[in-house]
Amino acid sequence: MTALALPTGVDLHLYILGTLLAGAGVTVVCTAGALVLSVAAAALLAGLQSFGGVAARVCVFAYVEFFRAIPVLALLFILYFGLATIGLKMSPMPAAILGLGLNGAAYCTEIFRAGILAVPSGQSEAARAIGMRRWQVMRWIVLPQAVRIVLPALTNLAINILKNTSVASAVAAPEIMFLARNLVNETYLSPQIYLSVCLVYLLISVPMMKLAGWLETRVGVTAAKR
Amino acid sequence: MPAEPAPDRLAAPGAGTREIVRNEKLRKSFGDLEVLKGVDLVVEQGEKVVLIGRSGSGKTTILRCINYLERPSAGAIFVNGARIGRVGADGAERDMTDAEIAAARVEIGMVFQRFNLFPHLSVLENVTIGPMRVRGTPRAEAEAMGRDLLRKVGLEDKAGAYPERLSGGQQQRVAIARSLAMQPRLMLFDEPTSSLDPELVGEVLRVMRRLAKEGMTMMIVTHEMAFAEEVADRVIFIDGGVIVEQGPPGDLLRRPRSPQLQLFLQSVLERR
Repeated sequence: MTALALPTGVDLHLYILGTLLAGAGVTVVCTAGALVLSVAAAALLAGLQSFGGVAARVCVFAYVEFFRAIPVLALLFILYFGLATIGLKMSPMPAAILGLGLNGAAYCTEIFRAGILAVPSGQSEAARAIGMRRWQVMRWIVLPQAVRIVLPALTNLAINILKNTSVASAVAAPEIMFLARNLVNETYLSPQIYLSVCLVYLLISVPMMKLAGWLETRVGVTAAKR
Repeated sequence: MPAEPAPDRLAAPGAGTREIVRNEKLRKSFGDLEVLKGVDLVVEQGEKVVLIGRSGSGKTTILRCINYLERPSAGAIFVNGARIGRVGADGAERDMTDAEIAAARVEIGMVFQRFNLFPHLSVLENVTIGPMRVRGTPRAEAEAMGRDLLRKVGLEDKAGAYPERLSGGQQQRVAIARSLAMQPRLMLFDEPTSSLDPELVGEVLRVMRRLAKEGMTMMIVTHEMAFAEEVADRVIFIDGGVIVEQGPPGDLLRRPRSPQLQLFLQSVLERR
């Protein structure tokens, strides 16, 4: 980009906001991709934890401890630069989604485990007593109750992933923070630009929280007050 | 008291007889604590057996072993002539699979002290989920049967309500209907009235009394001595993980022989 043709006055602010909003699209895609990957992988891992043997449980434990312990940025560098050295070259976006997803899955597995454990044991005993098999107990009795329990924690996870997408700027994914830094380099208006960054993140996260709140009441309503 | 089982009768006994439950030398330990120390017990079809004893004596554990919610440490349990939990001939014995145990449990209804209704399901759904998901009964048929059962326990008007809206007594009656929906041959009641307010005990006992009259085989852990005396064919007193005394309620409750039972009945009377 060049600073030669920079607009001035109101146009400059609109230019800043417009550029950041373009980055918002990338941020949203990155968040959505990482969240879907997190939840899907965590469902698989939590399933292994509940139904797998000792070896499976140890593997899940190791996964969760490892990916919770390392910084997302380090993970992203390993995926983007590290894998490239052995010939596995990834584009910035897939690398970011994969890194955030692997990290999110570790947290999400813990959320699912806590949700499953929070359903009283009397529930599965009653279900087993009417002849349900273990997977049926999970499918019809435990999971429907666990979903309600984990929704607030899942909302937190989603918001955290959204904010963590800013690390993708380190591998040149054109998301909000990457574009913001470019803008600062062009205009030297760092206070305005980073305040605008906050505004754009708010524009994404507030609707997300609203959506989550709506989901929580909806699931609660169908479960208890229909 | 029924005849003592012959010690060599470990292959599926009771086929063709009226025996519903047979416990042979049942033992259960939790860690270092041995809760059941060799319980031999036979319950015949249509019999109402009430288990009494101090808390921690092992009476609940006996019920939980019978439907294999607890895995016995030793001994054998037969329900309706078939061994539960372990299968195969001597030497080639193995634990039942999840599916095999689940299939065996269908014959055994269980009512819990804390009701354990499914809070995310309506009253009717609590009753129909077993038939629909376990037996594969079509919804319409399951719901018709569910409504019949709710009528039987006096709650047909609560079909659409959720458990949290019901009193403890109503919840327990739904729990009984939920068990009956599986058409069990045996019903286990684990202190079904212990967590109820006193004024709600009667409605649950009424349902149980009716079930008894209809000929259901019942094993009941309870502290309701008057109910035991009225309904039970046999009362079994458990203490320290063994059967100390058993017999018709009139004999046992009025003329206890063992000092432990005398002490226990005294403490129950004092509590009233």
